[in-house]
Amino acid sequence: MDIAFKALGDASRRHLLDQLRAQNGQTLGELCQHLDMSRQAVTKHLRLLERAQLVVVHWRGREKLHFLNPVPIYEIADRWIDKYERGRLALLAELKTNLEGETNE
Amino acid sequence: MSDSRFVYVIYIRTTLDKLWQALIQPEFTRQYWSETWHDCEWKPGAAWRLMAPDGRVVDAGEVVEIEPKSRIVLSWRHEIFPELKAEGFSRCTFLLEAQTESVKLTIIHEIDKPDSKFIEGAGTGWPAILSSLKSLLETGESLVETRKWPEGM
Repeated sequence: MDIAFKALGDASRRHLLDQLRAQNGQTLGELCQHLDMSRQAVTKHLRLLERAQLVVVHWRGREKLHFLNPVPIYEIADRWIDKYERGRLALLAELKTNLEGETNE
Repeated sequence: MSDSRFVYVIYIRTTLDKLWQALIQPEFTRQYWSETWHDCEWKPGAAWRLMAPDGRVVDAGEVVEIEPKSRIVLSWRHEIFPELKAEGFSRCTFLLEAQTESVKLTIIHEIDKPDSKFIEGAGTGWPAILSSLKSLLETGESLVETRKWPEGM
């Protein structure tokens, strides 16, 4: 779990995960197009995200595709969120998004 | 992209043997997969159905490939909600790989169709099922939220 928190504790890596959430299964080249980072920096961030199992690599032919793997995040949430709290928390999160607009960092 | 797909991975401290049993045997799936069970003979070409506890068929298809303790490929169509059923057959691959002290389980679920609502829905459900499967095999108890078929479903 430590490595998942480390991987999430960086805005660039969260931005990479956001990119995959918007469009799952991207190549390194595709990911670099939307980011203001060197290819080397993106590669390094991806490697840490892979070690944390937040990103999974899947080969399609010769293309290396990156997929968002939400399983570790689910495990983190499950550790502290009671199942009866889930519905109420989802409502509160939705209310916040509606009132504030979707600007989360 | 002209298709929809997700790839999920989980590492479970167990053996290939136990994970294989947990994936296919009703007495296991009912504990971590909302009381559902596979109605299947588990051989190539066999019909496959995921059954709800009330006897309805949730998803159906057939066994495309099977290699015990290593790999299952299912053709998979949703059967309850008409708009999801209309998307037709998806393909779900289970891969099991032994690691030093654990087994890596990969689930690839894909359909030849962009922006699939079925894949989006299935993608939401899998993390809970996989975390619960892991919990069951490592601690003997599945996660509470996956033990019952959802009310009103």
